[in-house]
Amino acid sequence: MTGHRVVDVYAWLVCVFLMVPTIIIIPMSVGPDRFLQFPPRGFTLEWYGAYFSDRDWIAATLFSLKAGVIAAILATVIGTMVALSLVRGRPPGRRAIETLVVGPIVVPHIALAVALFLVFDRLGLTGTLVGFAAAHTVLALPFAVFSVLAALRRFDPALEMAARSCGASRWRAFLNVTLPQILPGIASAALFAFIISFDEAVVSFFISDIDGKTLPRKMFEDIDYDLSPVLAAVATLLTALSVVVLLAAHWIGRRGAARGAV
Amino acid sequence: MSRPPSAFFRGAREMSPALSLLLLLPFLVVLFIAFLLPVGVLLHESLFVPAATLEHYARVFDEPVYLRVLWRTIRIAALVTAICLVLGYPLAVAMARARGVALLLLAACVMLPLWTSVLVRTYAWTVLMRRNGLINDLLIGLGFTDAPVRLLYTEGAVVVAMAHVLLPFMVLPLWTALRAIPTDYARAAAILGARPLRSFVEVTLPLSLPGVASGSLMVFLLALGFFVTPALVGGPQQMMIATLISQQVRELLNWPFAGALVGCLLLLTLVLVAFFNRAMRLDRFVASS
Repeated sequence: MTGHRVVDVYAWLVCVFLMVPTIIIIPMSVGPDRFLQFPPRGFTLEWYGAYFSDRDWIAATLFSLKAGVIAAILATVIGTMVALSLVRGRPPGRRAIETLVVGPIVVPHIALAVALFLVFDRLGLTGTLVGFAAAHTVLALPFAVFSVLAALRRFDPALEMAARSCGASRWRAFLNVTLPQILPGIASAALFAFIISFDEAVVSFFISDIDGKTLPRKMFEDIDYDLSPVLAAVATLLTALSVVVLLAAHWIGRRGAARGAV
Repeated sequence: MSRPPSAFFRGAREMSPALSLLLLLPFLVVLFIAFLLPVGVLLHESLFVPAATLEHYARVFDEPVYLRVLWRTIRIAALVTAICLVLGYPLAVAMARARGVALLLLAACVMLPLWTSVLVRTYAWTVLMRRNGLINDLLIGLGFTDAPVRLLYTEGAVVVAMAHVLLPFMVLPLWTALRAIPTDYARAAAILGARPLRSFVEVTLPLSLPGVASGSLMVFLLALGFFVTPALVGGPQQMMIATLISQQVRELLNWPFAGALVGCLLLLTLVLVAFFNRAMRLDRFVASS
C-alpha cells in the first residue's frame, strides 16, 4: 500500500511539472510591470488591450484562423473518405496507403518544412493561404483519419446493410444511417485538425513571409527579439483556447460513447 | 447482434476497388503535391546538384563541426527520452489505477499540455529561466546562490524544456499499455505470495514493455527533429540538426547541403521506425484488423 502511495505522490509532482510552467504565465500576464513578475504587483488588462489593438497581432490571428478552418474542412472531408475506403472498400495497395497515412507523423516536421519552403518559394506560394492550407491539411490528415476510422469500427455495418435491403441506395444509406452514427468521430477530427493547424509552428516558420504569417510565427519572432508582456497575454489566450477545444472534444467523446451504447 | 456478419453481408457491404480508389483520390493528390513531391525535390537537390554526387553527404561526416551537431542531437534526444520515461512511467501507472475525479485530473494534466501550442510552452520556459526569472528568484531566495545563474541558452535548459514538451507523448502509450493489463494478474501474483514489488517486476513491467517501446520511439523521433524549443531556449553552442538545417537554408541558402542533412535525418528516422515496426507493429493503429 505504501508503494502505491509513493507512486501517487510522484505522479502528482510530475503533473505539477507538466502544468505549472504554462499556468504561471496567466497571473504574470495581468501584472503592470514591463518585465514579467511573479507574483504580479497589481492588476491590469493593458497587455490584452495592446494585443487586440495591434494590427500585426490581429492580422496574424485572422490569418491563422482562416488557415485553420480551411485545413480542418479539407482534412476532415479527405480523411473521412480515406477512412471509408480503408474500412468498407478494397483499395489496391492497401499497405502502401496505410504507410502513406502515417507518413506525415513519422517524417520530422523540420524535413517537411524545409522541403515545402523550397517548392513554395519557387511557386510563389510562401505567405499565401493556399500554401498554408495545403501544408496544414497534410499535417492534420493522419489524425483526422485515425479519428474517423475509430468511429467507423465501432459502428455496426449490419445497420447500413439493413438500410440497403430496405431499398436505400449506397449514398442514401451512408447519408441517413452511417453518417449520423460516425458524426462524433468526424466532429473531433475537425476539432483536432483545426488546433493542429492553429498551433503549428515549424512549417509556419519557414513558409511565412512578411505579409502572410500565422500567430505561432509571430510569437516565434517576438520571443526571439522582444520579450514584451503582450506575449504573456497571447499565451494565456492560446491556453484558454486549448482548454475550450479539449472540453469540446471530451463532450463529443461522451456523446459518441452514449450513442454507441444505444 | 453478437453473431458475426455472414460472408454474404461482408461481401455485399464492400465497395468495388474502383470506388475505393476514387475515395482515395483527393488524399493521394494532396499528399503528392504537399508531401512526396517537395521532399523528393529536396532530396534530388542533395544528390544531383550541381551533378550526380555524394559530396554533400560526405561533408556531413567529414567536417567535425557537423559531426558534433549530429552527435549532440542524438545525445540530447536520448537524454530527453530517458527523462520522459523516468517521469512518465509512474504517472502512467497512477493513471492506469486511478478512477473518477482523480483520473480526470491526471488525464487533464497530460492532455492539456499536449494540445497547447509548443510555442506557449517554450515561451513559458524562456520567462522562467531568464536571468531575473522565477527560477533564479527561487534559487537566490532559498540561498543556493547569491547571483543569478545563467540558465537560458544552456544544454540543461534545452533538455528540461524538451522533456516538458514531449512528456505527454511518452505517457499516453504507456497508459494505454498499462490499462490493458487485467487487474486479475496482480491479484493472482499476490495470491501466489508475490510481494507488490516482485509482482510489478515480473508481471506488470514485462507486459508494459510494448508501451515503453512505442513511447520511447515516439519521444526519441520527435526529439531528433525538434526545432522550436532548441532554437529559442538553446544558443549556438547547443545547435541541433534542425537548427543547423534552418541555418543552411535561411542564412546560407545552401539547399544541396540542407537536403543532405534532411536526407540523413530521414534515413535515421526510417531505420528506427522500420526496426521498431517489425518488433511491435506500430501500424496497428491504422491497419485493418
